[in-house]
Amino acid sequence: MTNLASLEVKNLELWYGKFQALRNISFAIPRNQITAIIGPSGCGKSSLLRCFNRMNDLIPGAKVKGEVLFDGSNIYLANIDPSEIRYRIGMVFQKPNPFPKSIFDNVAFGPRVNGLGINLEDTVERALRRAALWDEVKDRLRKGALELSGGQQQRLCIARVLAVEPEVILMDEPCSALDPVATLRIEDLMRDLAKEYTIVIVTHNMQQAARVSDMAAFLMMEEDRAGILVEYSSTSEIFTNPRDKRTEDYITGRFG
Amino acid sequence: MEIRTAFHKRLREIQDDVLAMGNMVEKATSRAIEALKERDLAKARQIIADDLKVNKMRFDIEEKCVQLIATQQPMASDLRAILGVLNIITEIERIGDHAEGIAKIVLMIGDEPPLKPLIDIPRMAAKVNDMLHRSLDALINRDAAAARKIASEDDEVDQLYDQVFRELLSFMAEDPKTITRATRLTWVAHNLERSADRVTNICERVVYMVTGKMEEMDVSRY
Repeated sequence: MTNLASLEVKNLELWYGKFQALRNISFAIPRNQITAIIGPSGCGKSSLLRCFNRMNDLIPGAKVKGEVLFDGSNIYLANIDPSEIRYRIGMVFQKPNPFPKSIFDNVAFGPRVNGLGINLEDTVERALRRAALWDEVKDRLRKGALELSGGQQQRLCIARVLAVEPEVILMDEPCSALDPVATLRIEDLMRDLAKEYTIVIVTHNMQQAARVSDMAAFLMMEEDRAGILVEYSSTSEIFTNPRDKRTEDYITGRFG
Repeated sequence: MEIRTAFHKRLREIQDDVLAMGNMVEKATSRAIEALKERDLAKARQIIADDLKVNKMRFDIEEKCVQLIATQQPMASDLRAILGVLNIITEIERIGDHAEGIAKIVLMIGDEPPLKPLIDIPRMAAKVNDMLHRSLDALINRDAAAARKIASEDDEVDQLYDQVFRELLSFMAEDPKTITRATRLTWVAHNLERSADRVTNICERVVYMVTGKMEEMDVSRY
């Protein structure tokens, strides 16, 4: 597992001040697959996802213990630049958040900041094609990104992440603000992207996790509300024959 | 633009598996009749051994269907397609069992001299295979009209069965020493008659997949 893993979490603990949000989480995320993190509200799914590219660093009082290994090295070591990590491990959020700029400038933003400005046109086109948005926007690249529909905006945000050529894409409820058709379109895109990228998705939509992911991690809260990892297995295993009674109860709707 | 392409691809793969399974069973039936004609015991044993592969294929397809239901929330015609496949593979597997049954009868007959040249029994087998093949085409093409037509052809198999039975009965009435051999041949014919009924069940499922309605078809006399 380890040498195939893209990300590996070892004994991860997370506190927000005195509140422990995650307890003793260990698992490995395989390369070029989609891993879903599921569980009831407040179990720490998004907190866990944010540990993977040090987004929690931005929250005052947040403290991480344990290791997050990316290609074998711990991203929490002192000499690591978090913004470098965030380029290699990109993130797509719940609500599409395009910049109030043109479609082109949104996608070109990362490459410009990174000094990858050579062949910018090509980079933008490639990212938009990869995000299955090119055909819909190629004639209006200079138009404002906010004119796009919600589903298109979310694909634009995915293109923006792809433009800096990450290795991992973290998705935090990427479809929760989208209608069912736009949702299925993003899911299709995710399947396609998984051929080249490692994807980790947090979703409160269990069916989405079932449809789209290869591996699934089920989190829940202990009595002090700290999130623990109950079961981690292939998605088919989790949804047809979970080992832990708590997973079974959650996916069959008996609690949560 | 088609969405859910990954799901629909998996659904098509399952249908391809069903076709492959149908193919295995068609072969088993025609080879069982060859073994009977040629008194080929090695071939009969091979058919019996190969039936395990058919059974395994059925479990594999079933497993894939369960995966899709559990993970993909199939709706409407997609849901009916998966439910249809689950029923159809049971029927195909049973047709395979009937072929295996014939192979076992071949082993029982051993090297006894043939009672008579086989004419109607191979015809029954050819008709069963033709019906099975076309019923699976109807499945792929979602063709309810074709499915109804194929189911109605079960009467032809029933007629051949009557014919075989009457003929064998006449042998037995004339010469009681033929009873064992004649009875075994009626078993063979009965296996084929049952296979044709199974094809009728496949046709019912195809109609359900297309129309969403359960329809009883051509109730067999046997």
